[in-house]
Amino acid sequence: MKKVTFNERDMMLRVGFFVFVIALWHFSVTLLDISPLVFPAPWGVVVSLYQGIASGEFLFHTGVTLYETLMGFVIGAIVALVLGGLIGQIRLLEKIFYPYIVAFQAMPKVAVAPLFVAWFGFGVTSKIIITATIVFFPILANTIVGLRSAPREQIEMMAAFTASPWQKFLMVRFPHALPYIFAGLDVGIVLAIIGAIVGEFVGAQAGLGYLILQRNFSMDITGVFAILIVLSAIGIGLHTIMKFIAKRTVFWSETSEDLRQ
Amino acid sequence: MKNALSEGLDNTDSPCPAFCFQDVNKLYPSRDGLNVEALRNINFEVSRREFVTVVGPSGCGKSTLLKILAGITDATSGRVEINGVLQQGPSVEIGVVFQSPVLLPWRNILENVLVPAEIQKRDKKQSKDKAYELLNMVGLNGFETKYPKELSGGMQQRVGIARALINDPSILLMDEPFGALDAMTRESMNMELLRLKESIGATIMLVTHSIPEAIFLGDRVVVMSPRPGCVEEIMTIDLPEKRELSIINSEKFGAYDSHIRHALNSKVGLD
Repeated sequence: MKKVTFNERDMMLRVGFFVFVIALWHFSVTLLDISPLVFPAPWGVVVSLYQGIASGEFLFHTGVTLYETLMGFVIGAIVALVLGGLIGQIRLLEKIFYPYIVAFQAMPKVAVAPLFVAWFGFGVTSKIIITATIVFFPILANTIVGLRSAPREQIEMMAAFTASPWQKFLMVRFPHALPYIFAGLDVGIVLAIIGAIVGEFVGAQAGLGYLILQRNFSMDITGVFAILIVLSAIGIGLHTIMKFIAKRTVFWSETSEDLRQ
Repeated sequence: MKNALSEGLDNTDSPCPAFCFQDVNKLYPSRDGLNVEALRNINFEVSRREFVTVVGPSGCGKSTLLKILAGITDATSGRVEINGVLQQGPSVEIGVVFQSPVLLPWRNILENVLVPAEIQKRDKKQSKDKAYELLNMVGLNGFETKYPKELSGGMQQRVGIARALINDPSILLMDEPFGALDAMTRESMNMELLRLKESIGATIMLVTHSIPEAIFLGDRVVVMSPRPGCVEEIMTIDLPEKRELSIINSEKFGAYDSHIRHALNSKVGLD
């Protein structure tokens, strides 16, 4: 397998850029004397972040949001994979369903979110459903494309060795689709967080989205910044885990890396 | 089960040919509604354990001919018989080596060789032993757990050959198997193929656009010309059974070569 070379110079540049941005932020805010009610200084955000973690407040709300995110992701992914598998194999199903799926996708989920909250309440259920609907489409589309794009010569090879349609699916089409599916899952996991937060914005009793609204109302802008950092940490964490699983599973793929961009 | 490596298939003395084409025609529909005639009136038969090569310029339908025999493409009209039985789709009797190796990148070398055995749901242990034996025969022992992209083009094609032989086919079809390889590798692969032919005891049909390759490998050479693809001539190559590379420089070889070139040139300007 390919050796991953750790490029020290790239890392230095990356860290240097980070320090530069933080310094710029710090001096702009202090020199221009900007109120923390408008734009907080970096140090204040760090303190707020620490307080949130130490008090256990972040842990609780992160737990809720993460639960909604992962449950929604898993449900949306399973439905997308099953439906994508069927549509990818049976052209008739695509003709019947696909226009409606695209129409549903064209509908902004943010606009639909209040309905889900009205139907399924202020608890986690409505958030899970919103998340699942957002996650659904990229995974579905990638599954279909992956199943359809198996090289003709590989299918011909299987045919020459007397493979049945099911064997062609199992031994060629499905493994060939895996890098595409993982690219879809990777897009999906990041969208899942958006889904959970959107759901919480519409109406919730807990979660990081709920906490953002609460702090916004009480003019705690510094606190909102701290939550944003937690959210992006969750995003990076989930994306990294996804990437790790993908690397292990579709080790042969060079394209999966490009597809994920 | 019979073992192709242990010499001699039990049906060598049966009277029917290994396969034959009878009045095979192939039309491809083209976009402007006119049909393109890919093959016209193909008629020839190949006897058991014969090594027949098909040579012709690109577009002469030689690959189509092979695909029809393999059952991947249907003939528009005519009849193909394999071991005296009408061919209807792909058959276990046939192993195919493709132009590009067509290995599955998510399977290691051993697993790639085992694909046809898995399709046939053969006994796992037995096919695995057979796969090791074949990989050894094509000079790839020790590469079983490598992945296709770790192998050179020539090595990948060897895997393709091992895969084609895993189910003991009585007929081996090769579609320009060494076309993508450099000249040196190609020559050594040809030598090995002749050696292999001795040990597997299958009927072989190899398609190529190289005239020397066709003469060097073939017991008979089927010369095809394009537009429409048809058999121009079938030549029996009267060269010693055991062939060395040096034979290419012999007078007889040169005579066959210029004869085929002439036959093709009279039809089309070869480039």
